[in-house]
Amino acid sequence: MTEQIPVLRLEGIVKTFPGVRALDGVSLSIMPGEVHALMGENGAGKSTLMKVLGGIHQPDEGRIIIEEQPVVMAGPLDAKAKGIVFIHQELSLADELSVAENIYLGELPRKRFGLVDWAELEAKTNGILEKLKVGFDAKTRVGDLSIANQQMVEIARALTVDAKAVIFDEPTASLTDAEKTVLFEVIADLKAQGVGIAYISHRMEEIFRITDRISVLRDGQYQGTVNTGDTDEEGVTHMMIGRKLDLSRNESHHELGNVALEVRGLSCGDLYRDVSFELRRGEVVGFYGLVGAGRTEIAETLFGLRDPSAGTILLDGEEVRIHSPHDAIERGISLVPEDRKAQGLVLGMNCRDNMTLPQVDDLKAGPFVADGAEIAIFDQYRDKLDIRTPGWKQLVGNLSGGNQQKIVIGKWLSMHPNVLIVDEPTRGIDVGSKAEIHNLIRDLAAQGYAVIVISSEMPEVLHVSDRIVAMYSGRIMRTFTSEEVTEENLIAAISGLETQKVA
Amino acid sequence: MSGLTRKDIGGFLARQGILVAFVLFIIGFTIANARFLDPDNIMGVVRSSAILGVMALGVTFVVISGNLDLSVGSMMSFSTIVVLDLHDKIGPALAIPAMFAMTLCLGAFIGFLVGYLKLNSLIVTLGMLSAIHGLTLTYSGGKNMDIADKEGTWFSVFGQGEALGLPVPILIFVLLAAVLGMLLSKMPFGRKVYAVGGNGTAATFSGIRRARVVFGCYLISAFCVATAGLIQASRSLGSQNTVGQGLELEVLAAVILGGASLMGGSGTIFKTVVGVLILGFIQNGLLLMGLQFYVQYVVTWIIIILAVWLDIAAKRGKLWSPIA
Ligand SMILES: Nc1ncnc2c1ncn2[C@@H]1O[C@H](COP(=O)(O)OP(=O)(O)OP(=O)(O)O)[C@@H](O)[C@H]1O
Ligand SMILES: [Mg+2]
Repeated sequence: MTEQIPVLRLEGIVKTFPGVRALDGVSLSIMPGEVHALMGENGAGKSTLMKVLGGIHQPDEGRIIIEEQPVVMAGPLDAKAKGIVFIHQELSLADELSVAENIYLGELPRKRFGLVDWAELEAKTNGILEKLKVGFDAKTRVGDLSIANQQMVEIARALTVDAKAVIFDEPTASLTDAEKTVLFEVIADLKAQGVGIAYISHRMEEIFRITDRISVLRDGQYQGTVNTGDTDEEGVTHMMIGRKLDLSRNESHHELGNVALEVRGLSCGDLYRDVSFELRRGEVVGFYGLVGAGRTEIAETLFGLRDPSAGTILLDGEEVRIHSPHDAIERGISLVPEDRKAQGLVLGMNCRDNMTLPQVDDLKAGPFVADGAEIAIFDQYRDKLDIRTPGWKQLVGNLSGGNQQKIVIGKWLSMHPNVLIVDEPTRGIDVGSKAEIHNLIRDLAAQGYAVIVISSEMPEVLHVSDRIVAMYSGRIMRTFTSEEVTEENLIAAISGLETQKVA
Repeated sequence: MSGLTRKDIGGFLARQGILVAFVLFIIGFTIANARFLDPDNIMGVVRSSAILGVMALGVTFVVISGNLDLSVGSMMSFSTIVVLDLHDKIGPALAIPAMFAMTLCLGAFIGFLVGYLKLNSLIVTLGMLSAIHGLTLTYSGGKNMDIADKEGTWFSVFGQGEALGLPVPILIFVLLAAVLGMLLSKMPFGRKVYAVGGNGTAATFSGIRRARVVFGCYLISAFCVATAGLIQASRSLGSQNTVGQGLELEVLAAVILGGASLMGGSGTIFKTVVGVLILGFIQNGLLLMGLQFYVQYVVTWIIIILAVWLDIAAKRGKLWSPIA
């Protein structure tokens, strides 16, 4: 074997933030043509390490070496100029600009007099988009795209430069299976060209499908690197959390209560039609389907964010009209929304205030917000959900992606809702915490809560649900009990291969 | 310790720029005129800042909620004229509540347009700046307004009186700052104001009724304007139609100087008070240096630009950056 030199080497990187030692002497090397997985719990320092590499953070100590040359990354543009492309965990696109402008921002093709060459820009962009097999074109406004499609735009950026190394920070968190397949093809192409790839994800099946080596971080410390072929999920989990993970479902044998929520013939324009289902206390119902099947829209209707065009909603047998989230909350409905950054959190606010925001009117001591009660709630859910933060005063925007998601979950669990709707609850959450959250959902059901789980991850839906509603193109195709469901019949139902059956 | 690099200094300036600039101003003014740090002078500055300060307290709520209020200057003229006019017609005891009610109506109208109809606050309040000016002129018939019996009215107490050894305008300012500071930092309403300004969508998803919160902010702003109008009227017992002209920019300058972001979601009452005092001292210093008061219009503008620039610089930790 010829001695290859790494495209990229990190040596003894240390990075601290007030109250947190995010990286504690991490070393790592990425070889050309390698897909190198970076794994670790939420807040372990993965994104921070990559941000150091991408010139967004300056390391306190340590060196970055590109092809045997020590370099200083002055900033993101500098990193890009040095051939490092960074696809972020949190999207960083300009909503008001077109897809083409976003992809080529800062390096738009020019004509004479410095005018932008729109024709060239469009042609180049559409070339890339074709490769990515997406259903939109260069002129689309980014703000009009779904999160998944925005993620694809972010990925398209990576293909515009001659990259030495590409960093993917949880690129698949909001992608559908079809889009994932395309992404993996892109990664295979880059790999064939000898590009080094750093790949962060909490999804084991992906890690084992596409990566060559796995490095693990824990609490900012480097735990080691293994060849993907030499290990398995259990081994990696053990490296990440230092113990074995109990993935068994806690089967609670509790009686189902009365019907908490009933929906009859609910329709909302083209988004979904004639949806009917029942949800009992003590029951977890999973909604599974492709992106665009109308699941999120149903949740938004139940939470008062959309007015239905037809149909009725009954809570505890009583017909209700829900006009706003405020109404919904008063009636005991909680929604963990799909997009934590846009809908779930005020990033510039601290952890505690974010968590107690929906109930701030109820937590009072005289006319004032009761500090103690708030901190008690925060502490309780920090422990329950294992939220890693130096304290409640930390701004949520400074937390790692997975810990931000946990704040959103804590915020809605602490409301003790009658009906809890969670939309992609474990997006960006590490394997250990994911199991915790699944258990928590099961526990809530056992305590008599009624829960709706919307997820694009089949294992998740299969794991937590008592019943599964399969949706395709705005319609309920079939409702499965947990005994009768299999991966095959579920896939058949959500891809419209099976004709509609009475739910 | 290794020496400070240029970058460290740039970063420090970016973060603490306002304070650094302020200290430099103070040193400069003191060298130029020793009277600057005289206790009497300092008291004078605080006293003359009270009207601006009271208005800035209200605008702080509006700015944190992510909106602007450019109508406060012309609204203050309105309040002043109205209360002076009614003083002689129905007596001060009725004139004051009547004036507050009318000013609050204006605030409610703006709050309705910006909050419930979701119109852009810049356009709405810029329009109201001119509309209210028109209203004031119509009301007064274009004439100055004076109280007939300037000696025999207790109405002068708000602008000229003293209590607890302090001028009443300062007392009102301090009291209002304390109450509104509590409201903003300790009560549910304040929390909602930050949430709405920080991320309106997430606030809605948390069950906060955004329109109400925005409406409330404009009501508070109008209340502060009415209070400022009361002090102004009581101090001079007579007034032109244009007393408040241009104050909207000074108020905004003070709020931003204090560190509230125009993007919404940040700022505090305490910081606004600091901003008001900084602005007051700088203007006073310039006066002591013998500059004409109209130079202050330019200076106010420069201060706004400086404050906005440093606000952005503080976010990225650098004074200048090629991107964003
Ligand atoms: N700008 C910041 N200010 C303060 N603390 C920060 C900042 N950025 C990251 N941290 C802290 O550094 C630690 C590592 O965060 P990082 O985002 O790297 O985690 P991660 O491994 O990417 O986690 P996740 O899987 O949740 O995305 C966390 O404790 C986080 O709170
Ligand atoms: Mg991360």
